[in-house]
Amino acid sequence: MSNNEYDIIIIGSGPAGISAATLADHHKARVLVLDENCAPGGQLYRAIEKNQKNDNEWLGQSYQDGLPLVEAFRESHVNYQRSAKVWHLSNDKVVHYSVNGKAHAAKGRQILIATGAQERPFPIPGWTLNGVMSAGAAQILLKESGVVCENAVFVGTGPLLYLIAHQYISAGIAIKAIIDTTPRGNYLRAIKYVFGALGSIKNILQGWRWKREIIRSGTLYIYNISDVKINGVNSVVSVEYCQKGKWKNIDCKYVFLHQGITPEINTSLSAGCNKSWNERQACWTIDIDQYGQSSVKGISIAGDASSIAGGVAAAQRGSIAALNMLCNIDIISSNNREVFSKPFKRKLNAEMAARPFIDTLFRPHSRYRVPTSSNTIICRCEEVTLAQIQESIALGCKGPSQLKSFTRCGMGPCQGRLCGLSVSEILAKELRVSAKQIGYYKIRPPIKPVTLGELASLDEA
Amino acid sequence: MFRSINNNQSELITIYFEGKALRVQKDLNVATALLEAGISNFRETTIKNENRGPYCMMGVCFDCLINIDGMDNQQSCMVKVSDGMKINRQITRNTSQDEQ
Ligand code: FES
Repeated sequence: MSNNEYDIIIIGSGPAGISAATLADHHKARVLVLDENCAPGGQLYRAIEKNQKNDNEWLGQSYQDGLPLVEAFRESHVNYQRSAKVWHLSNDKVVHYSVNGKAHAAKGRQILIATGAQERPFPIPGWTLNGVMSAGAAQILLKESGVVCENAVFVGTGPLLYLIAHQYISAGIAIKAIIDTTPRGNYLRAIKYVFGALGSIKNILQGWRWKREIIRSGTLYIYNISDVKINGVNSVVSVEYCQKGKWKNIDCKYVFLHQGITPEINTSLSAGCNKSWNERQACWTIDIDQYGQSSVKGISIAGDASSIAGGVAAAQRGSIAALNMLCNIDIISSNNREVFSKPFKRKLNAEMAARPFIDTLFRPHSRYRVPTSSNTIICRCEEVTLAQIQESIALGCKGPSQLKSFTRCGMGPCQGRLCGLSVSEILAKELRVSAKQIGYYKIRPPIKPVTLGELASLDEA
Repeated sequence: MFRSINNNQSELITIYFEGKALRVQKDLNVATALLEAGISNFRETTIKNENRGPYCMMGVCFDCLINIDGMDNQQSCMVKVSDGMKINRQITRNTSQDEQ
């Protein structure tokens, strides 16, 4: 095998990626792990090694649980390339990536996409103002650098929102207000799934405990709202919310938004993997079989990059995918694949049983997915508003790719990551069809912006 | 306001934002260092000339693009600070299409 050929190439070093890598290495496979960040752990266990020294106990137990995974990964012989930006994955399993502006190519007999999740777009008026960030960003600042933001307003729904608020309160950081957008009807809808979730009752109770402690801390906690927007010119001045038909104002300089997380699909789509619309999670998911194998031969997907199931599930899905890939390249027998994957499947099933409950409870209201106010920016990069999209539809635009030529929506550097989902749902609503019928942007390489200099450096190599 | 609550601060280095010297911890990324210094206005958008700053902090949104040592379109949430680094607000056109 030449230098840049591997049995398995894994994109992403979150719980799915490192679990898969460590297991494949254990079976003596030659493994390359590429990750954009500067240390393993993904978003969930970000900077976990660094935080051991800092003794920041307010980060919580579910975070600390990631340490054994990262340590086992560090002890393995896996070739781990950090700060690697993957910009092309071809369906013949060649991965192109750049490190410090220099391009490289590597070929894998099997590829595992473990690129995790991103936060769902939350297009409301004012979400592009200076001072507005995602709640995930607040988490990253806290874990990676111990940086916090005093007197911010948190707006949205989902476990991550309660987690970060709870961490702030535990660390003694004042929160101006939490505006909970969880639709009231969700509680009722979720109840019927609660029995299925009993296997993960620990997590659910923990969520309730967070919420209770947040409320007990005396933080202003606002719920049962019907709309929210952010005011300001260039930077945030206030958040306004509508409760029982009345608009109320909270003055603030910083706002953290969250409306749950969705799979990072661009990498899989660019490789030609099939996707489906998942109505319960209100997002696109990538089709995989029980082993994580996608519709493209030799390309598997593990963890939240296929569908959202959380970090514990991601580690199991990574391990199962690794066993299947090892079987595909005849390192283990199919019999052993079944035997070895049993404990991972058992743990995964318990996690998955809780999903209907969690997904239903935190399913964002359509108002926060498909905005109603026409001046709301949908494509942050090209500054395309809802009104412009509606105009294009009136002129005959029928799909996301066509919308690009009408408005440049989705053509900026983020390549549709912060507008793609909104665009699918806006078109669906306006054209009165399902999001599934509308589809998604056609994702073409490069999947991350590359300079001509970077491209040229590949030929030299 | 953004501030650090880490008890283990890393060594301080000097970076320059719009010509002004800032002392920042050396293990921060550029976006975090600027936020901690009270700067959230990283660039001006091309079409509406509005101020923008970091949104996701994880390399997804590209809203944190900034000029670093003379080069536009640097994803500041993904780049570590280094001593003497010169950072400037970005006010030029910046779409991926122009680069490809
Ligand atoms: S803040 Fe989103 S890419 Fe840097």
